[in-house]
Amino acid sequence: MLTLTRVEEAMTKGVGLGTSPGEEPARGRPDRESRETVGTVTVENPRMVCRGVNVFYGDKQAIRNVSIDIGRNEVLAMIGPSGCGKSTFIRCLNRMNDTIEGCRVTGEILLDGVNIYDRKVDVVPLRAQVGMVFQKPNPFPKSVYENVAYGPRIHGLARNRAELDEIVERALRKAGLWDEVKDRLHEPGTGLSGGQQQRLCIARTIAVNPEIILMDEPCSALDPIATSVIEDLIFELRTQYSICIVTHSMQQAARVSQRTAYFHLGDLIEVGPTDRIFTNPRHPLTQDYITGRFG
Amino acid sequence: MSKTQGHPRAGKTPENSRTIAVVRASLPRRYRSERRFRLLGLAAVVLSLGFLALMFASLLANGVSAFRQTEIRLPVHFDPEVLHAEALAQADYGQLIRASLGRLFPDVEGRRERRELAALVSSAAVYDLRDLVMRDPGVIGQTREVWLKAGADIDMAVKGHFRRDLPEAERRVSDRQFAWLERLAAEGRLEKRFNRTFFTAGDSREPEQAGIWGAVSGSFFTLAVTLMLSFPIGVAAAVYLEEFARKGRITDLIEVNINNLAAVPSIVFGLLGLAVFLNFLHLPRSAPLVGGLVLTLMTLPTIIIAGRSALKSVPPSIREAALGVGASRMQTVLHHVLPLALPGMLTGTIIGMARALGESAPLLMIGMVAFIVEIPKGFTDPATVLPVQIYLWADSPERAFVERTSAAILVLLAFLVVMNAGAIWLRKRFERRW
Repeated sequence: MLTLTRVEEAMTKGVGLGTSPGEEPARGRPDRESRETVGTVTVENPRMVCRGVNVFYGDKQAIRNVSIDIGRNEVLAMIGPSGCGKSTFIRCLNRMNDTIEGCRVTGEILLDGVNIYDRKVDVVPLRAQVGMVFQKPNPFPKSVYENVAYGPRIHGLARNRAELDEIVERALRKAGLWDEVKDRLHEPGTGLSGGQQQRLCIARTIAVNPEIILMDEPCSALDPIATSVIEDLIFELRTQYSICIVTHSMQQAARVSQRTAYFHLGDLIEVGPTDRIFTNPRHPLTQDYITGRFG
Repeated sequence: MSKTQGHPRAGKTPENSRTIAVVRASLPRRYRSERRFRLLGLAAVVLSLGFLALMFASLLANGVSAFRQTEIRLPVHFDPEVLHAEALAQADYGQLIRASLGRLFPDVEGRRERRELAALVSSAAVYDLRDLVMRDPGVIGQTREVWLKAGADIDMAVKGHFRRDLPEAERRVSDRQFAWLERLAAEGRLEKRFNRTFFTAGDSREPEQAGIWGAVSGSFFTLAVTLMLSFPIGVAAAVYLEEFARKGRITDLIEVNINNLAAVPSIVFGLLGLAVFLNFLHLPRSAPLVGGLVLTLMTLPTIIIAGRSALKSVPPSIREAALGVGASRMQTVLHHVLPLALPGMLTGTIIGMARALGESAPLLMIGMVAFIVEIPKGFTDPATVLPVQIYLWADSPERAFVERTSAAILVLLAFLVVMNAGAIWLRKRFERRW
């Protein structure tokens, strides 16, 4: 009975059970040279399960043996110094790495129990399920409306114009952009400000109704005000989607995420609830990064 | 400088001031070389523009007169004795002209004089008369004033290309003919009128009867084949190589070969066409179809190279954006990459087409150099093209072909200008990079 309430509580808070601090087994401080992941990588009832993921660019190994779960309705932040492989890893989750010549992925990434790297899996529905927002706002050189309508249109989500209009409006509202663009839907999307463009890209992603949204440093090209607008948006989107966000800013990770994963030179060093990672990092490397000794 | 030096808090060390002194000392030299370079560039531009202007001026000076043709107004009596209703096409129209000239100059006697008199009017004028009668048989029995083309030599004489101070034996126009011309001019029967024949007729041995329409049609059919084949194939090849093919040894090999093909002399493509299309596939000789195929081979590399670089210049973020919302590769290319690359592809295509329009060497190899009077009506009719026509006329001995050569070059250049303008217009239309 007690367990049940805790599960419920965890669900309503949107945090996976396994991630609550109490569940984490307390271990001794690991060695600085240790590359074994510290903390609990699993969550209860995960959305996506990654096990033993390796990524190679040609002969170079960019990701080494990463295992992590992505929970439902949580924001998972991935932090780490430049070149640590966090972007590479997030791009594995919807197979965007397929477009890179010479990129090879091994290991298992399960979505609804199916390995997305299985030969039989089609990337088109996968990418509709796992949407992505990129570092630089990249709206199509088309109107605001067309930008948002493109995904639903190619997937045939709307039966007629009215339905499409509704989808576009809903997506723009969810992205918090509707009030700003409702009078200029047919003006070029590239004419918006940087922050608006990035929210337009988020609207474009959620118009397809994905289950997971991947964000690869979505605020790195934006000013602080636009950044805070996007952060608020991420906080709200969490109630409906699972979100993975790669970020350079530790403050941003602390503000928006429930769980944080720290990457270092291709290894997943530490995973844990964000509060715990920032207040009590266990691995010396995590500690160095959090305290600003490098990064 | 003195101001900063007077500022104690600027923190200037001796090293700073030394650097500034060195930089300042080097400035005049830097500016001098910059000025030199600018002048050099300006001189190059002025020189090339000057030569271009020179070329146009000489072409215009030589060619403009070909757009006007000397014509003589004669009172032609359409004699029913000569024009039998059942054989209008075979009637002796020369007799009508000779009779009318005889009436104008009744004092001309003797075979030689009469022949000289008849030579005032082009030997091709009979066809114009015939056409007139065939169109309107009602003129039979009447006398009408008709403008008839003067002979090519007479035309040249009227345009002042023959010097009268030469001995008569060295001239193609005799003193008597000059006298007649003066009389005709005084009576208002001699005029330089717009040369319609030049724009509507095919080639001819008689300069006054020769026109460029045959060559223009031939060029049109040839280029139509070239465009219809090379644009889709070139774009498809560029898209495949750039967006779909796995980069590797084979694509590298293909790339090197395409680049080499773009540099192959065009006559080699002509030989290839001769061997493959004529000798192996037995396609018709001198046909625009074969010319178009040969020119397709020649333009394909240009279009593929231009297409690939246009595709390369599309930012990868657009591809990622489309793939990220779940577009398939084909959708990404068709909906986003291709529209953005199209302006560049069109530019490459038009450049290739302009080159194909001006090409003559490969077409000589497949027999498009033949003397063809008929205006081609389709892709398999024997035809020639504008540059080959220019080459043929430039080779002709008659003085009147000199101005026609220049005039044909003017027409060819006008086509090139129109095509390039079209390219710019198309690019502006598709170039909506918001």
